[in-house]
Amino acid sequence: MSGSGRLSSLLIHGVLILGIAVIAFPILIALIASSHDQITLVGKFPFYFGEHFIENYRTVLGEGMKRAGGGAVGPMLMNSFVMAIVIAVGKIVISILSAFAIVYFRFPFRMGFFWMIFITLMLPVEVRILPTYQVIANLELLNSYTGLTLPLIASATATFLFRQFFLTVPEELTEASRIDGAGPMRFFWDVLLPLSRTNIAALFVIVFIYGWNQYLWPLLVTQEESMYTVVMGIQRMVTVADAQAEWNLVMATTILALLPPVLVVVLMQRWFVKGLVETEK
Amino acid sequence: MAAVAFSAVRKSYGNNPVIHGVDMQIADGEFIVIVGPSGCGKSTLLRMVAGLEAISAGTIAIGERVVNNLEPKDRDIAMVFQNYALYPHMSVFENMAYGLKIRGFSKSDIEARVKRAADILQLDPYLARRPRELSGGQRQRVAMGRAIVRQPAVFLFDEPLSNLDAKLRVQMRIEIKRLHRELGVTSIYVTHDQIEAMTLADRLVVMNGGRAEQIGPPKEVYERPATTFVATFIGSPAMNLIPARVQAPDLFELAGGLSVRLPAPRGAAAGTDLTFGIRPEHVALADDGAPLTVELAEELGADTIVYGRLDGGQELVVRVPGYLELNIGDRVGIQIDTSKVHLFDKASGQRL
Repeated sequence: MSGSGRLSSLLIHGVLILGIAVIAFPILIALIASSHDQITLVGKFPFYFGEHFIENYRTVLGEGMKRAGGGAVGPMLMNSFVMAIVIAVGKIVISILSAFAIVYFRFPFRMGFFWMIFITLMLPVEVRILPTYQVIANLELLNSYTGLTLPLIASATATFLFRQFFLTVPEELTEASRIDGAGPMRFFWDVLLPLSRTNIAALFVIVFIYGWNQYLWPLLVTQEESMYTVVMGIQRMVTVADAQAEWNLVMATTILALLPPVLVVVLMQRWFVKGLVETEK
Repeated sequence: MAAVAFSAVRKSYGNNPVIHGVDMQIADGEFIVIVGPSGCGKSTLLRMVAGLEAISAGTIAIGERVVNNLEPKDRDIAMVFQNYALYPHMSVFENMAYGLKIRGFSKSDIEARVKRAADILQLDPYLARRPRELSGGQRQRVAMGRAIVRQPAVFLFDEPLSNLDAKLRVQMRIEIKRLHRELGVTSIYVTHDQIEAMTLADRLVVMNGGRAEQIGPPKEVYERPATTFVATFIGSPAMNLIPARVQAPDLFELAGGLSVRLPAPRGAAAGTDLTFGIRPEHVALADDGAPLTVELAEELGADTIVYGRLDGGQELVVRVPGYLELNIGDRVGIQIDTSKVHLFDKASGQRL
């Protein structure tokens, strides 16, 4: 038992270490690359950190890559952050309310609405991107936070998730609160919302990262540099015409773009895991 | 506190009737137990009082008010659910205080009431805990506390002890009884457990298929069951029901050939078929009685339940004192206590 236990434990650790290495190695490369100057990175790759770390980060945050026509990363990060937060909060608010309506109220065509929401699951953003663009353009919402976030807020997945969760809340709880004298919104606020908090946390993490990583949509709706997000910023830095891409700065930007999602995951980890594995009842 | 009156209360889901007209007057402070097999409509009836199910026809009045169209919160009732239905994210205190908070009671008022309820239910040490940190019995006490603090006119219990283990169930049963004596609040209690029904009830309502088959004090229901359904539902093991025929004005012949000397009910001419009922505890062993072959003996300790067969093939259950040693295949003589016989109409099952 102990022999095979040691072997399997070794195997498990081997696989885990391999997995970590596969994920961590690119990040290490990015970190190392972001610590050298541009010349060092041409044609070869150093194995250890250079001396331009702080300088590089100061450059991208403050002035950006002037030569490549890239703006400062600071405002981009800000844009990305606003977009991700608005999308995450908006998605959660909208979908928890629609799930509440669908599960707890009897209104005409209730199931019809549910299926309409459900069917949109099958349509990813990319499929409806042209008509959506047309609508946003006609509403003159290009180059605005509203245009950046509004089309991404409606979410069938989140609505569905909350619906499934609400269905598991025992009916007696609803009845008990009715007898206690709570109206529908009071019940929502006092009972349903607190019970959903782990779900909300898990969803927040997922949706925040989803919003942060949006690429195609921001690329379409923003033409002004002041509205660029960091993910599209990186892309613009790489595709420079008639010049060598400044990889050291690109890598510094990448590392910066990586930080907020990581921070969100780390801060919400406890709740996130709870929301995924535990059904608290 | 208030009386509750049901008049011709009906319930149907679409075209599917589930309650077929219940009439009942519950006196102020009375403890009523509604008992019946699952699907008989007992919970539906309770939920109609609570306002959780609409009343299809007829009226339910609590006190002087007809409550048909009132929201649950306006009916002045409190309900205890089978699975407790405590708010999992609130402490015991908050669970009990929630209804009062919504109704706008002052903080000190809430505290005093919860404190008093916690005292009655011995929940003081647990007020800060979450429901999941409590045992089943404690959770059920919190659920009762939530009902008590509201000081409602009527308590509604929906199989509150079904999720508890046997020992706790007995303990909580006694506690509910004591609570009712102390508070004197009109209570309606739904259960399928006949021991709970017999011990708790001032009056018992035996329901079957959406009808109240019999309403009366437990002892009366036991001693004079109105129908064969009530006869077999109340009492464990169930009453023996044996097809019988009137032979002469004072002679019955039971299926299996056993003859019993007993005055026939009025209007039952010789040749009438009816159902003859005798409880297992009203059959005694007697050396010169009708012979019975023992097929199974369940030794419960205090007494032994004998499942046997008469020579004519009729099955019969007999309760005998526990000190008797009986084995499968033994032959014993039995004697029916003719003063404890119940006679029912064969077709309708009504008591004769």
